[in-house]
Amino acid sequence: MLLTTIIQAKGLAKKYGALVAVAGIDFEVSPGECFGFLGPNGAGKTSTMRMVCCQSPPTAGELLVDSLDVRTQGRSIKARLGVVPQENNLDPDFTVWHNLMVYARYFEIPPEKAQQRAREVLEFFHLGEKARSPVQELSGGMKRRLVLARSLLNEPRILVLDEPTTGLDPQGRHLVWQKLRQLQGQGTTVLLSTQNMEEAARLCDRLVIMHQGSILAQGSPEALVQEHVGAHVVEVPAESAGPLREHLKGSNVVWESVEDTLYLFARNGELLRESMGLVAGAVYRPATLEDVFLHLTGRGLAE
Amino acid sequence: MSHPSHRALFVWKRDLDVFLRLWRSEAGGVVGEPLFVLAAMGLGLGVYIGQVNGQSYLSFIAPGVIVGYAMFGATFECTYGSFIRMEVQRTFEAIIATPLEVEDVIAGEIVWGATRALVSALGMLVVLAAFGQVTSPWAVLVPVVALVTGFTFASLSMVFTAIVPSINSFNYYFTLFITPMFFFSGVFFPLSGLPQAVQWLAWALPLTHAVSLARAALQGAAHWGLLVDIAWLAVLAAGTFWLALRLMRRRLIK
Repeated sequence: MLLTTIIQAKGLAKKYGALVAVAGIDFEVSPGECFGFLGPNGAGKTSTMRMVCCQSPPTAGELLVDSLDVRTQGRSIKARLGVVPQENNLDPDFTVWHNLMVYARYFEIPPEKAQQRAREVLEFFHLGEKARSPVQELSGGMKRRLVLARSLLNEPRILVLDEPTTGLDPQGRHLVWQKLRQLQGQGTTVLLSTQNMEEAARLCDRLVIMHQGSILAQGSPEALVQEHVGAHVVEVPAESAGPLREHLKGSNVVWESVEDTLYLFARNGELLRESMGLVAGAVYRPATLEDVFLHLTGRGLAE
Repeated sequence: MSHPSHRALFVWKRDLDVFLRLWRSEAGGVVGEPLFVLAAMGLGLGVYIGQVNGQSYLSFIAPGVIVGYAMFGATFECTYGSFIRMEVQRTFEAIIATPLEVEDVIAGEIVWGATRALVSALGMLVVLAAFGQVTSPWAVLVPVVALVTGFTFASLSMVFTAIVPSINSFNYYFTLFITPMFFFSGVFFPLSGLPQAVQWLAWALPLTHAVSLARAALQGAAHWGLLVDIAWLAVLAAGTFWLALRLMRRRLIK
């Protein structure tokens, strides 16, 4: 049977006492897809990921991973997952190599196979020469790559990555992005939460934008930009924004104000550009996922 | 709640791997400190005390010091040790992302705590034997007593670790519970000399029964009261083990 969905959530909710972290969401992930969760802090991304990883039972709703129920088949699901948590949790008392050997035991990978896999995943993340190094001596970027390498030991069908590139330098980030695309090319399903719009735009086939426990929008990055903000944006600095604000109130232009800067979204970019030529300091540029994000999740800080 | 499975062994093996890597820095504490206590009390204080229950003071306290330090070994491991692995290193979080469940992790940690108790008791037994202090063949049962003692205190400690808000809370556990127990469980003097009320209190302490069992084994003197000791330790071990699993699931799975 060919599966059309590998992860399926229906009315999925998570409450911590009175706090609603996830407020009944629906989503479906297809095999081999890179599916993203985008949202400000406290949007419910990590809670959702933890439910997928069987580390947090749903309060309500249904969640199937590879056709298995997260409530009752946790062990079997976890055997098929590769998990990269937000914060590194390597074993500081061991070397790089020993970290992988110990972790492979949890999956009951036979020793010979474990050694072969360890060599492969270290090579894959350019850590081959560090095998004998104590974890404590690795740089932040190397530790992150080791956590990623560790998550591949069991040849997971699904990779669950919670902000995988936070804290990495640009080189490290690009290496990780390239490797994730490579894995996806080999058929691995990737579930990714991020606050990095560039990351979401580059990696995700489809994504959902979450806010206060709900899904505000879902689709491919391009479609989301088209649908919610149009192709172009005019950014108006604070100095010129004042008088323009009054003028905009009567118009049908969609706009957003973040701190003191105005963002004007228009489907008819040319027209907007021409009229904006008159406003001092206005910048005309293509719209990005970040514009969608700010537009949908509001101006103020989430916390 | 799921039942602990054979996978608990992988957690035990992980802790053993760390111990084997770092044993040089730990071995001194495992056997060194109890030997200092034995030497100071047994040889130093023993001169003034003479005989207790017809034996030298050193022979009288040796079994209690063995299981007392078995208790300390298991307790340190499943308080400070487990807490650091849980909260600082996030080792538990890393493990429960694999097919292991919380119950596997906690069972593995407790069995490891018991193993530490066993290692410490074996070390002391070897040293005592070298000084001619081990005469009864029943002494082979001392490691078994140490293992059971270790399991009981590892479980008890894990219950506490599951509910403490911060690592500083362990100060209370040690100063108000563990250390007083070391002095009021018949390690250094027979409990029969204490006021009746204190005797009852001492009787409830798990270490009292561990000392009673270890003393009987090291001296080869069996009596019916040992069955009560075994039963009390078994009940306490089973109860706290179960409670530790429950409370840890509540703490870790939210």
